[in-house]
Amino acid sequence: MDFRDKQAIYLQIAEYVSEQVLLGRWPVGEKIPSVRDLAAELEVNPNTVMRTYDFLSQQGVIANKRGIGYFSAEDALDKIRTFRREQFLQNDLPQFFKNLTLLGINLREIETRYDAYVNTTTNAQ
Amino acid sequence: MIELTKVSFGYQRGRPLYEGLDLTLSEGSIYGLLGPNGAGKSTLLRLMSGLLYPKAGAIRVGNYVPGDRHPAFLEDTFLVPEEFYMPPVRIRQFVDSNAPFYPRFDRSQMKHYVQEFGLTDDQKLNELSYGQKKKVLIGFGLATNTAVLLMDEPTNGLDIPSKSQFRRLVAGAVDERRIVVISTHQIRDLEALIDPVVILAERSRSRMTVALKASVEEITAKLWFGMVSELDSSRPILYSERAVGGYAIVAENQSGEPSRLDLERLFNTVQAEPQRISQLFSSTSTYAAV
Repeated sequence: MDFRDKQAIYLQIAEYVSEQVLLGRWPVGEKIPSVRDLAAELEVNPNTVMRTYDFLSQQGVIANKRGIGYFSAEDALDKIRTFRREQFLQNDLPQFFKNLTLLGINLREIETRYDAYVNTTTNAQ
Repeated sequence: MIELTKVSFGYQRGRPLYEGLDLTLSEGSIYGLLGPNGAGKSTLLRLMSGLLYPKAGAIRVGNYVPGDRHPAFLEDTFLVPEEFYMPPVRIRQFVDSNAPFYPRFDRSQMKHYVQEFGLTDDQKLNELSYGQKKKVLIGFGLATNTAVLLMDEPTNGLDIPSKSQFRRLVAGAVDERRIVVISTHQIRDLEALIDPVVILAERSRSRMTVALKASVEEITAKLWFGMVSELDSSRPILYSERAVGGYAIVAENQSGEPSRLDLERLFNTVQAEPQRISQLFSSTSTYAAV
């Protein structure tokens, strides 16, 4: 796994785990890889994966069943969207706004482009 | 648990390398031991494994004093040195004659490592390259399942794919009862693998000290790593260097802003400002004290 420069690795792994669940590679409500297996797969310190799993447990995306391991929650998809939305609004949006002001792009133009984008993607589906 | 209490050591009379060095390492972690050339990283590993004796102070590993070289200590400790000798025998023979010293040695694990590193059991050690020999020794060390595994510059001499294999194998071989200590200069190789980080720096008159021992979580709670376009005074900067489009800085993290640890810059920060780092990490209280 290639890690990006800016974000803490445990959060990047949280994104990776979320993606596996969103894409259905790790089915909802089922056991996910153990801390040690995922650490080996991603070549990172097991403590880092532990931190990811703690974080995702707090978000309600996964849950620890004592003695068995970690499972993704039945409502994992909702939970993932909730915390990713929160992250987007807190981290990505301010950066986006900063670029808008820096480059002098007004919101109306963004709106037009956004509508066009939504149209092409809905047509494509 | 590895405990060094007020340890002093030096190779020459009147020229101590360490004086009053304190360091405690606990199970279930892969420690990264970093320090400039000549800081005594290898010396520290040798002291922990009982190959050298402290001039003063005490070292304990679990219930043992390494220097006593008690068999029960030796069978639960393995050191992968940077320079080593391998006898001219086949890998299989090497395993057969050395595995009995380690009660928890796992042959199937060793077999898997040899395979993973692209070697075979019947290859002769004297016909292997330095990197290949090193892989055999690393695999053997992991397979001993000793409570203490010390590795001195393990990725030196490994080719690019082997470095990734190394990370995978070590990440998969650590458990709650094991302490792994890796000394390295190859920060980029091991950045995501080591946590906590132990950094040695010069304190005074060429005496080395542990300037920082902290987990990645603690480090990013206290320090902020990032890029800024200008060096302003809005953040208390500990270290900066020119980078494309501005400066890469390490600053005190006063607002609790998350960032990704950059080991190379952390290392430079600790070498440049050992006092401030010690202060920052010793005070669990607020930043107002600093």
